[in-house]
Amino acid sequence: MKYWRVPLDSEDVQVIRGTVCILKDRCKGCGYCIEYCPRKNLEFSKEFNAKGYHPPAVKNEDCLNCHYCELLCPEFAIFTVEAPI
Amino acid sequence: MKNRPEIQPTHPLEDLVRMDRIPHIWCSGCGTGSIFSSCLTAIKQTGIPYNKFSMVSGIGCSGRGAGYINIDSFHTTHGRAIPFATGIKMAKPELNVIVFSGDGDLFAIGGNHFIHAARRNMDITVICVNNLTYGMTGGQVAATTPHRAKSSTTTAGNPETPFNLPLLAYASGATYVARWTMLHARDLADSIEEAIRHKGFSFIEALSPCPVNFGRRNKEKSLDTLKKYYEKTIIRNGANPAEADIDFNKGVILGKFLQISKPTHDEMYKKMYGQSKPNEELKTS
Amino acid sequence: MKPQILTGTHFINGDEACAEGAIAAGCRFFGGYPITPATEVAEHISVRLPHVGGVFIQMEDEIAAMTSILGAAWTGIKTMTATSGPGFSLMMETVGLAIVTETPCVVVNVQRGGPSTGLPTHGAQADMMQVRWGSHGDYEIIALAPSSPQEMFDLTIIAFNLSETYRTPVFIMSDEIVGHMSEKVVIPEASKIKTLSRPKPTGRKDKFKLYKPGPNGVAPMPAIGDGYNVHVTGLTHNEKGYPVMSVDTQKEMMHRLLGKIRNNLDDIIMTEEYLLDDAEFVIVSYGVSARTSYTAVEEARAMGIKAGLLRLITVWPFPDDKIRELAKRVKGFVTVEINMGQIAREVERCAAPTPAYLAGHPGGSIIPPDDVLKILKEAF
Ligand code: SF4
Repeated sequence: MKYWRVPLDSEDVQVIRGTVCILKDRCKGCGYCIEYCPRKNLEFSKEFNAKGYHPPAVKNEDCLNCHYCELLCPEFAIFTVEAPI
Repeated sequence: MKNRPEIQPTHPLEDLVRMDRIPHIWCSGCGTGSIFSSCLTAIKQTGIPYNKFSMVSGIGCSGRGAGYINIDSFHTTHGRAIPFATGIKMAKPELNVIVFSGDGDLFAIGGNHFIHAARRNMDITVICVNNLTYGMTGGQVAATTPHRAKSSTTTAGNPETPFNLPLLAYASGATYVARWTMLHARDLADSIEEAIRHKGFSFIEALSPCPVNFGRRNKEKSLDTLKKYYEKTIIRNGANPAEADIDFNKGVILGKFLQISKPTHDEMYKKMYGQSKPNEELKTS
Repeated sequence: MKPQILTGTHFINGDEACAEGAIAAGCRFFGGYPITPATEVAEHISVRLPHVGGVFIQMEDEIAAMTSILGAAWTGIKTMTATSGPGFSLMMETVGLAIVTETPCVVVNVQRGGPSTGLPTHGAQADMMQVRWGSHGDYEIIALAPSSPQEMFDLTIIAFNLSETYRTPVFIMSDEIVGHMSEKVVIPEASKIKTLSRPKPTGRKDKFKLYKPGPNGVAPMPAIGDGYNVHVTGLTHNEKGYPVMSVDTQKEMMHRLLGKIRNNLDDIIMTEEYLLDDAEFVIVSYGVSARTSYTAVEEARAMGIKAGLLRLITVWPFPDDKIRELAKRVKGFVTVEINMGQIAREVERCAAPTPAYLAGHPGGSIIPPDDVLKILKEAF
């Protein structure tokens, strides 16, 4: 992460990381998670799922475990868990 | 890439969803599923046992909500979710009764029931998925369709004026009134949780895109609608509901308009009728 | 504190007797809406329900009243509403929901003259076909017709018992005359009143099927909060209760819905016979009209006409077999009812080729015995 001013305790602060879990065959390809991930961590995958949609894929493992995609997804197809540090 | 689903193979809401009925019927890009998810999250957040809840829906796309939640749930007739919920609540006041339905169901065919339940301060939580149209029947004009917006029955634009739902709820006597969009998923979930805990009639309007039947006719893809939700909304708690009409040009007010404490219908009924009066004479005896 | 059951002899009107019958049957929720001539049921029960731990609510219209009793019924209690013609029309869609979701409840129709606003303060029996066919789709219903305030009490209890047994709405088809008539009503001791309640499911909750029929074709019914996580829908549904839009599911559901009534006719149908043994002419009647029919039978007998009376206590399901059986040995039927030919059609259908006639009335009054006699004499 980049800071315009490095906090004095930046060494001690542990940033929570998340791991994105995608149940890709549930996806209907609305793209909400991709568009609104605050870390822009997701993208459409090239592959088709069983329903014929392009499910999301993780772009750069930059998840902060905010669960926003999980909450926004209309299909219960994506969720995040805290990643071991 | 990590083998993600194996880390935790089930979605955290799965215990609240009838997984044997998934996929649900809602279209790709429809916001109903997101609002439903926020509602389930709210139920979970309360920590109240699931068998202390009941969900009632009417008819329409969002009316299918009751069919997907894994608690005692009722998919009733068009417009009648609120009186059905009223019966449940009156008969078993310890239940948390949630009405999950759409704008057409709650405010056109069921409008009369809405205002009366609000007037009585019936202790139920009404969540209205407002997609500005009748989605299930193919996008006809609704009581919430914006003036001049196109629908399958107003092809040259809607000549009528839509309801301002928070104002209607407020004027009818609701004691909790809020509005969010499906994009404000976290606020919406927190608001629903608060509404469930609120003693009295609570109403939450949740704006939702209907890309298939409203968006298509009004040149609006679902992501365009979400962009409006992101850019053209103003969160202002305690705002005057009279200013809450939906006009994205001037900005749409979101937030909690009001929460007041007032005896619920059940409390008043118990207080006035709960104890039998020993000497009360019946006409007949 | 008032006792739950007002054992004793009372002088009350039919509407009040109906409300007392409901209380005695165990009704604990009433959703109502004022309408002449049924209002007294609501007024009386609004006073009585709080005495017995029940709840009364006056809803915003009859649609809401009918819907509220379904919601309340799913909490595991017995529920009722009462109305008259215009309100009954408004309830019709929800009646279908009650039937398809197999929700027990009792609906009272104190009939008045129609169509439309009609004769609010005058009786009729003109909703007899509406109760049978008024909601859309195909179904079977149970409807009882009380002839006196005493029967308003007795049949209301039976109506609850039938609705609990068959998980279906049961109708009390009364009329303004019986509803507003005050007579002696004897309320028995609590121990002498037979009440039935819906069976509750047992067994594994995860394997539970909401509409899996029991021995009499009816499924046990859990209440909200019992942990069965039921889903109840007005859509065509499978045994689990889940909507399935298929011809096969529709067929299975319809067979179950119709079968539970059609296969239990002996348990449901109640009739009363008066001087039928040697009768050559049968008067078929029900409700208040049956009362004038007794006199007609007696006067006919005095004139040498061998008349008898078949009084329908259960009007729906219709006693087809009973009429067919009589048709084999009698010369003709006259149906006496305050409408221009509703149940008469059923009698005619079952009696053919034995002739069947109508002694009808457009509404607003009882049918004088003389009118019945006149038709009896003219016809035969
Ligand atoms: S028709 Fe509209 S409201 Fe209905 S599911 Fe599709 S997008 Fe959603």
